[in-house]
Amino acid sequence: MAAAAVGLPASAARKMVEAVDHGLKPSVIWLSFQECTGCTESLLRTSHPGLADLILDVISLDYHEALCAAAGEQAEAARRRAIEEHAGQYVCVIEGAIPTKDGGIYCRIGGRTALEIVKETARRAGAIIAIGSCASFGGVPSADPNPTGAKGAPHVLKDRRVVTIPGCPANPYTFLGVVLQFVTFGTLPALDEWGRPLFAYRRTIHEDCPRRPHFDAGRFAETFGDEGHRRGYCLYKLGCKGPQTHAPCALKRFGEVGAWPIGVGHPCAGCTEPHLAFRVPIHTTVKIEHPTPPSTFPSTAPERGKVSPVATGIAGLVGGALLGAGFRWARKLDEEESPPEASEEVSS
Amino acid sequence: MNPHVHALPEATLPRSFRLLRILVGAGVVMMLWRFLAGLGATTALNDGYPWGLWIAFDVVTGTALACGGYAIAILVYVLNKGAYHPLVRPALVTSALGYTLAGLAIVLDVGRYWNLYKVLYVWRWNPNSVLLEVALCIMAYVVVLWIELSPAFLERWRQSASRALRWISQKGDPILQRALIWIIALGILLPTMHQSSLGSLLLIATHKLHPLWHTPLLPLLFLISCIAMGYAVVVFESALSSHLFHRRVEKRMLASLSSVMVGVLLVYLIARFADVVVRGQLAAAFRFDGYSLLFLVEVALFLAPALMLLSRRARSRSGSLFRAAMLMMLAGAWYRFDVYLIAFNPGRGWIYFPSVPELVISMSIVALEILGYVAIVRRFPILGGLTAATVER
Amino acid sequence: MTMNRRALLKGLGAVGVATATGARPVTARSRRPVAEDAVGMLYDATRCIGCKTCMVACRRANHLPYEKPGHPWDDPVDLSGRTKTVIQRYRGREGQSYMKRQCLHCLDPACVSVCMIGAMHKSEGGIVAYDPDRCIGCRYCQVACPFDVPRFQWDSPTPKIVKCEMCRHLLARGRRPACCEVCPTGAVQFGKRKALLAEAKRRIARHPDRYVPKVYGESDAGGTQVLYLSSVPFEKLGLPHLGTEPIPRLSETVQHGIYKGFIVPAALYVLIGAAVRRHHRQRSVDGRKEET
Repeated sequence: MAAAAVGLPASAARKMVEAVDHGLKPSVIWLSFQECTGCTESLLRTSHPGLADLILDVISLDYHEALCAAAGEQAEAARRRAIEEHAGQYVCVIEGAIPTKDGGIYCRIGGRTALEIVKETARRAGAIIAIGSCASFGGVPSADPNPTGAKGAPHVLKDRRVVTIPGCPANPYTFLGVVLQFVTFGTLPALDEWGRPLFAYRRTIHEDCPRRPHFDAGRFAETFGDEGHRRGYCLYKLGCKGPQTHAPCALKRFGEVGAWPIGVGHPCAGCTEPHLAFRVPIHTTVKIEHPTPPSTFPSTAPERGKVSPVATGIAGLVGGALLGAGFRWARKLDEEESPPEASEEVSS
Repeated sequence: MNPHVHALPEATLPRSFRLLRILVGAGVVMMLWRFLAGLGATTALNDGYPWGLWIAFDVVTGTALACGGYAIAILVYVLNKGAYHPLVRPALVTSALGYTLAGLAIVLDVGRYWNLYKVLYVWRWNPNSVLLEVALCIMAYVVVLWIELSPAFLERWRQSASRALRWISQKGDPILQRALIWIIALGILLPTMHQSSLGSLLLIATHKLHPLWHTPLLPLLFLISCIAMGYAVVVFESALSSHLFHRRVEKRMLASLSSVMVGVLLVYLIARFADVVVRGQLAAAFRFDGYSLLFLVEVALFLAPALMLLSRRARSRSGSLFRAAMLMMLAGAWYRFDVYLIAFNPGRGWIYFPSVPELVISMSIVALEILGYVAIVRRFPILGGLTAATVER
Repeated sequence: MTMNRRALLKGLGAVGVATATGARPVTARSRRPVAEDAVGMLYDATRCIGCKTCMVACRRANHLPYEKPGHPWDDPVDLSGRTKTVIQRYRGREGQSYMKRQCLHCLDPACVSVCMIGAMHKSEGGIVAYDPDRCIGCRYCQVACPFDVPRFQWDSPTPKIVKCEMCRHLLARGRRPACCEVCPTGAVQFGKRKALLAEAKRRIARHPDRYVPKVYGESDAGGTQVLYLSSVPFEKLGLPHLGTEPIPRLSETVQHGIYKGFIVPAALYVLIGAAVRRHHRQRSVDGRKEET
């Protein structure tokens, strides 16, 4: 399933296993900063491969604050050793935003700021993946007034290519697809201008939403709990950010049970979009960037506009006035003239 | 030089002329708006009726009403009725102004006016297009008209205080003397061509123009009616300006002119009816639906002045001359409006009536013409006849 | 006075004859032959499901703005200055049918005939193309078109005429018109007119119960390159009865009849010039030296 997520053929799975069997399990260093660990949690709710399979058979998770057995100095030592031993090859995963204000003191691990840690770890990484909205562009901690100066990893690591997988949480299969592609082929997927893999972030929710026919037919839920809401109508009027949100949620749901916000009746919050998530209020309506025709049809015999009564009135008045004046003046001419000479020969 | 023809600086204008100036001002504002905002914002034109008031009235009817010069030129120079000669210059003024302002209307109406000069690119001409011939003919005719009128300007400039103008007058005179014959001939050929072609323009609208009007005879009918309108305008304008400038109405000339008009009107009516009968549209003419009524009113408008002017007594009274002239102008205008707008039905629910800015601009163009006529007649030797001062009324 | 009237009638008669019948017995303008490589489109209304993907693809391929910017839907009701194709629907006694409105690319187009400087012209494959560089915006093409197709950008101060041009920028790259590329049912197809016409007739023959037994555009208005098949009468879809005469025929016959080779105008000019000169001389001889 993860292979399919990146559009790899089934044979890729075998290649992956072979790579694993030759003991080439790639090293992964997972950094955690201003995060809620939700992205790790979402990874726990996968089964193709499940997290256990992943970290035991596919990758070597050399550092993860929530999942590793060691703690404290031991854990930090493991991280530094992984950096040394697998320089240029390990995958650096970043979860959570990085505070930049006041030298970044608002997040310190083992006495060192997140800024220092991420720069040190990313410097010699083979690939850098920012998982979740917080690591991608700042996320929740960066919401107004952003007291800690929280920023996403690409902002801090300006000279490196960072694959971002925004989402709150990120879709775990997107993450797995990127990792497996890198592990198997040593390449990263095509990215958009925000660093998001195109295979997951090219299309908007609006394009693939199962409630789209309701939108096209003009059937909306107006308030939570009303008739339209109960019938599963479109949530656009409740502030759904789907039309401007690039994400695969409409097709690749969550929790392996097909759950996703719109499916349970709540409008999309636009969590993958830097200009929407935690910036625009959840129930504020957004513009449709690429409108398409509705599911109504104009008639083959369309109705047209109206004639302006003011214009008709003016034209009538002016025309009538001119004619009337003309005839009156003609009568004046007649009256002015002396009686015509009856014997006058009109010749040329 | 005709000693009786001179400028009229002493004429005072009635107060109503202030209204004309206001109208022109309003028109200029609307014209600016049209260029800034586009046609959709200022007109009620649409894809079903892409040609509206400005084409039907200012261009088609306007140029027909400006055919006074043409009509008089035929009389004086082809049929050798020299007695009408005093009517030539004033008719030319109306014509020159009318055609020039029709040109203004065209610039206003076309959407991509900056490409207009490309009409002169010979290698791109499409000879199938009637509009090409109309455009080129009208452009040439405007030039011809002002050249025909230039002897009046040169006459005046001969005594001008400005040395440049005197020089122009000196140099221009002999050239004009020689060329004028061929210019006049051109001034008769060109309107024959384009006034008839203004009718041919609608030949392409085979399924949009009602069969009571759509006929291969459209060019002929347009030509004949334009001649009638030309004569009518000469009478109309002559009577009006005589009154305005306190000169006696040239009744004799106008009276004999009107006998000519009767002939033209009858020729038109015969051709019109013969065409309707031959094409099997007589039933449609008497169905008494909207189109039938339009047709019958048109016939009545052409017939009425003809009947009015049959009697010699009527022809010698200025009032009836003036009324008949008005009816004739109305008849020609009615016919043209029918062909271009009212009997033109593109189907699919399209409707059109000019918007207020369209009407204002059209009226301001007419106002411009009137003001221009007065300005020229005051400054240059245009009008002849006897002044009120020299004749006991 | 009687002399005057007679002379006038004579004069008028001369003018009338010259204008109306200077066209000696003239042959009507012949039909244009159909080019072998004439391309075309076939729209089978019975296959159309009204999905409107063609409208979306057309907008995108031609970089057209949305009908109403800011509106949640892109919902043109007819062709316009922003819309080159639109799906409409007919519902009536005869049933229901969709209709794809667009330029029919006539074999002998009225718009091409009337365009003064060839802004509307027939280009490769017989496609009726528009060149805004030449266009002066006179809108005669709109007056001429019997199908009510060319639209004008009324809301622009620099307006153009807008109509389907069969995506000739795509055809030049070996692709098909955008609508034909995306149609999921093949309701609208692109190909050589000859082949499409044959296919259309085959479909009618195979399913006579499904179709009105006529391919619209085979000879309507002299024939068009966009052909239509329908289950309801064509006039219900907005395709009018136009007969088989090419629309420009009458206009061109009359115009060329009068002006062919410029013979009539030249002859008239000579006649008029001669008359003017003689009368001018006469007047001078009469001692009434007049400056016009």
